[in-house]
Amino acid sequence: MKNYLQLNLSLLYWILIAPFTGQFFKIAPIFRQMVFIGVRAAPMVALTAFSIGVTLAMQAAHSLESLGAEMYIPDLVMLTLLREMGPVLIAVIVIGRSGSAVAAELGTMKVSEEIEALEVMAINPVQYLVVPRFLAMMVMLPALTIFGNYIGILGGWAVCRFALDFNTAGYILRALESADTWDLYSGMIKSVVFAWIVITIACNAGLNVEGGAEGVGQATTASVVQALLAMLVMNAVLTGIFFFAA
Amino acid sequence: MNSNGETIIEVNNLVRRFGDRGVLDDISFNVHRGETLVIMGGSGCGKSTLLRHMIGSMKPTSGSVKLFGEEITGMKEREIERVRLRFGMLFQSGALLASLTVGENVALPLLQHTGKSPDEIEEIVRGKLEMVGLTGFEDLKPDEISGGMKKRVGLARALALDPELLFSDEPTSGLDPIMTAVVDQLTLKLTQGSHMTAVVVSHDMTSAFRIATRMIMLGHGSIVAQGTPDEIRNSPNPEVQQFIHGQADGPISLNVSQEEHKDHQHVRPRPFLGGRFRFHHKHP
Repeated sequence: MKNYLQLNLSLLYWILIAPFTGQFFKIAPIFRQMVFIGVRAAPMVALTAFSIGVTLAMQAAHSLESLGAEMYIPDLVMLTLLREMGPVLIAVIVIGRSGSAVAAELGTMKVSEEIEALEVMAINPVQYLVVPRFLAMMVMLPALTIFGNYIGILGGWAVCRFALDFNTAGYILRALESADTWDLYSGMIKSVVFAWIVITIACNAGLNVEGGAEGVGQATTASVVQALLAMLVMNAVLTGIFFFAA
Repeated sequence: MNSNGETIIEVNNLVRRFGDRGVLDDISFNVHRGETLVIMGGSGCGKSTLLRHMIGSMKPTSGSVKLFGEEITGMKEREIERVRLRFGMLFQSGALLASLTVGENVALPLLQHTGKSPDEIEEIVRGKLEMVGLTGFEDLKPDEISGGMKKRVGLARALALDPELLFSDEPTSGLDPIMTAVVDQLTLKLTQGSHMTAVVVSHDMTSAFRIATRMIMLGHGSIVAQGTPDEIRNSPNPEVQQFIHGQADGPISLNVSQEEHKDHQHVRPRPFLGGRFRFHHKHP
């Protein structure tokens, strides 16, 4: 926990203060990490989001048909995706894929003395390794969430268009009418917070590995479990703040 | 011996304990500019721990370490980085970044700490790699080259910023005799020609006597003997003689906790294999 707080403080220093003292972060490594963390995760995110969109529409159809309220299916798909399912499930995918990879990579660097070598060369490991991964995650998780929302809505459309008697224009109109911008923003705020949680937990786990290959394995598992728990608890807290307390 | 030179490293009464196990016990020595200090001693005698205290990656329990006249034991991370720019370190495994190529590894300190253009940096990197006999290896990844080559790349990287002081952890282990000689000659050239100071941890005795201007032998965390290579070679201390001649019989026992062992010889040793190794032999 102490290490985790220190990592966060040191990250804030390198992102908010260091650029004003002339130590601006390099752009190329950030883009490299964005490709790795974000772009390569896009196919998995698309498949997940599509399945969720389809499932939501089918469940909604099943329940709402008995009330004669099929016209509200797009509302349900849209709101559930934007507010909850989009940010949460895409964070789950990114934790499993990119978070674990970051923890394992940094952990392997730690046990093979690479981190110590960086320190001895007077290169700060947080500045050199954590900052690019952090910034890449902060951009890419929200971006993936927007992308996933579109794909999920496409999944809902597929059910409505081919299995129920909606036409495309009707679905889109109904979906757009149901949501306002705050629904999108609340999901985006969530995914920014999740991005912070996921990448700091993964980096912290990796940088504090001890005990060789076994330690790397344990740290990777721990980072996934901790990130999932922290993310889900934070989701409940944020939902409470956004839709309950206000 | 040029003890009239400026003092580069000053270690005073250095003590380090892990729990109640003493690893370094009251170590003091000085290293002057242009000297090559070889630290030798058996495995587990605290050589690497001593080195880690000298580069500031471990903090001592008590005592002081001064590099270039500055006390580093109490320094903050930010201050110590300034000192670290003045020395290079070769790790035992090379410690190359696996995600970068050989050339990028050597270029790393130059890219991070100098304002040189990419063309200048490439030229320096080629020069450093040539010094360690690795011309044309720039584009290979560390896992595509042998352990000895990694070590030489590590040396090139340690020398990238033309440091005043070089720490090497076992620079010649895993190298063939010719490459050992090449690395030794390079160290000699840099210390004699460019007044670089070197601290080398080694148990390769041929190489140690070739490069050292002064030697320290560690045993059980304290200094057993120190002096010039000739003084060490003619040392009357039987531990030193056993070590430099590589004899199995002598005062240095294989048992690390010799004293403890003597005291407890009559006690039945505690079993260390757990139940899962023993259940076959259990009788009801």
